[in-house]
Amino acid sequence: MTDNILVLGGGIAGIQSSLDLAEMGFKVHLVEKLPSIGGKMAQLDKTFPTNDCAI
Amino acid sequence: MMSTKGMKKESMKLVEEPRIGVFVCDCGSNIAGHLDCADVAEYAKTLPHVVYVKENLYTCSESGIVEIKNAITQENLNRVLVASCSPRTHHPLFSSSCAEAGLNPYLFEMVNIRDQCSWVHMGKREDATQKAKHLVKMGVAKAAGLEPREEIESSLIRKIMVVGGGIAGLSAAQALSDMDLDVILVEKTDHFGGLLQSLGTLETGETAEDFLGRVVADVQRRSNVTAYTGAQVKSTGGYIGNYEVTIDTPEGEVTDKVGAMVVATGAVPLIPEGIFGYGNKGVVSLMELEQHLKNDTLEKAGFSGQRMVFIQCAGTRNAKREYCSRICCMTAVKNAMTVKKKYPLADVRVLYRDMQMYGAQKEQMLWDARGMGIRFDVYDPENPPNVEAGKVSYFRTVTGDDVSLETDLTVLSTPLTARQGTGELANMLRVPTDQNGFFLEAHAKLRPLDFAADGIFVAGAGRYPATATESRTQGIGVASRVAAILFKDKLVKSAIVAGIDPASCVGCLSCLPMCPYEAITYNKDARVCQINEILCKGCGNCAATCPSHSALLAGFKPEQLLAQIGAA
Repeated sequence: MTDNILVLGGGIAGIQSSLDLAEMGFKVHLVEKLPSIGGKMAQLDKTFPTNDCAI
Repeated sequence: MMSTKGMKKESMKLVEEPRIGVFVCDCGSNIAGHLDCADVAEYAKTLPHVVYVKENLYTCSESGIVEIKNAITQENLNRVLVASCSPRTHHPLFSSSCAEAGLNPYLFEMVNIRDQCSWVHMGKREDATQKAKHLVKMGVAKAAGLEPREEIESSLIRKIMVVGGGIAGLSAAQALSDMDLDVILVEKTDHFGGLLQSLGTLETGETAEDFLGRVVADVQRRSNVTAYTGAQVKSTGGYIGNYEVTIDTPEGEVTDKVGAMVVATGAVPLIPEGIFGYGNKGVVSLMELEQHLKNDTLEKAGFSGQRMVFIQCAGTRNAKREYCSRICCMTAVKNAMTVKKKYPLADVRVLYRDMQMYGAQKEQMLWDARGMGIRFDVYDPENPPNVEAGKVSYFRTVTGDDVSLETDLTVLSTPLTARQGTGELANMLRVPTDQNGFFLEAHAKLRPLDFAADGIFVAGAGRYPATATESRTQGIGVASRVAAILFKDKLVKSAIVAGIDPASCVGCLSCLPMCPYEAITYNKDARVCQINEILCKGCGNCAATCPSHSALLAGFKPEQLLAQIGAA
C-alpha cells in the first residue's frame, strides 16, 4: 500500500485534513481547482464568535 | 519545524563575531505602500554587525526564502533578521528556512513592521518609516546576542485514555484502535452507551439500541482496547506523550501510562423541577418522552391520543441559563412526528421561541412536520405558557389571543447541561470550562477538538450539546488529532523555554503561582524551584517574577532584552 494521500478541495476542510495527515507522516497531494487555496473561508473577513480574521 | 538534531556541529557553536543579514519585506503594497522600505533597508546597512541587507517584494514567497538561504551560505551569515509581518504567522516559516540552510533556527529574529508600522501609522509615511528603522535597529541589537539552542525531544507512549463511554468515546476508541493505537476506555456507569441508551429511534430511523449494540460489541471485541465500566479516573500526572493515570475500577486500582487523553464525558438533560407543572401527572421531559416512545409506555404516561403539547426552551435561554441547547428543537420535532405517525388524529403542537433546525435535512424535517399537521406556535418568554390541571394556556403572539387547551401530555424540552463532576475532572486535567460548565476547547474554529493543554482532547456533548451524529463525528475526528501526535517517532518541541539556575534560586516560590501551565515544581530536598521543559510554553512569567533573576527564558534573557531596549 502506498503512503500517498490525495485530498480533493483546498477549502478549510481539505486544508485541515492535509495538515493532520501530513503531521501523521503521510505524503499529501492537495488539489484545488482555483488558483488559490482557502475556499469560502478565504473570502470571509471576521468570523464569529472569536472575530478572528478568517485569512 | 525542522529539527536541530543532526545539524552540522559548527552551527551549534556560539559564534563569536555576529554576521547579521537583514531582510526587509515590502509585502507587496501592504508595507511598502505606507512606509519607505528602501530607506529602511539602506538604514539597516549602517547598523553594527549587519553584513548583508535585502529588500524583498515578498520575503515569505519561494524566491524570498531562496534569497535568505543563499545569503546564509554565500555571505556566511550567522544571524538573520526579517522585518515583515507577525511572528505569530511567519516566524516558523523563516526560522525553519534558516535551519534548512544550516543556520541554527534560534539565531533568527523577526520584527513586525506591518502591524506595528504600516498598519497603525497608515497615512503617516514619514513616521511609519522612522518607527520601522527603530524596530529594525532594536531587532539587530537583539539578534547580535542570540544563542543557538537545541530543540527538546521526548518519548511518546502510543496509548490513549478515553474518558467516557458514550457514543463520542466509543467512536474515538474505535477510530484510534483502527489506527493500531492502544486505548483505555473508562466508563463511570455499568454500561457503555451514555445518553444513547435512553433514546428510541435515531435521526436515521434506526433504533438507538441496534446502533449502539453494534458499536459496543465492536469495541469490546478489539484486542487493543481495554474497556472498563464502573470505573473512574482517580488521578493524572505527567505531560504530553507521557501521562501517568490511575483509574479506580471494580477490580481495584489500575495505573498505566498513556501518551494522550480524550475527554468524552457527555452531558445530562435538565430535569425541569419546579417549572411548567413538572411532577404532576401528564407533564414529562423530552428525555422521558423518548423513553416512553422507546418502551411503548406513552399511554401509561397519560397520553390517550388526544393532544400533546411540546414547550421548547424549558429551563433555558433565561437569565440563569443563557445558552441554546440547540438539539432539543430537532429532537422535539422528531418525536412529534413519531407521535403523529402513530396517532394521526392527535393534535400535536410545539410551542417555541425560535426553531433551531440547523442543516438542510433538519430544515426539511420541520417542513415535513408542518405538512403532517403538527402545529407550531410562537410563545413570548416574558409571558410563558402555563401548565395546570391538564391544561396548557398560552398567549399566541402571532394572533394576539389567549389559548387554553385540554392536554393529555405536556412535554418540556429541556436543555443538555454540563455533567456534575465536570469541574473536578477539569481541575484534575487542568483544562478550562466555559460559563455554562461545558469543557472549553482551544479555539472555536481552528482547534475545536483540542484543549489548550497539549495532548488532551475533547469530543461530544461534554463540549457542547451535540446530536448522536455530531458526537460520533467528533469522536472519529479526535482520533486523527491524537494520531497526528502519536504517529511521530518522538515529540520535538521548541527550545524557547525557561530554566531556573539552582545556584542562585532561593526557593522563594514566587514563580510557582505565576506559571499557567503548572510546569514549575518545588524540589524540597534541593530547596529550589524546577521547570519541566516539556510543560513549559515559554511565556516568561517566571522570568519576569523571579526576584533573584534565577529564572531565565531562553531567547529572552535580560542581556538580550536590554540590548534591544538600549537600541530603542
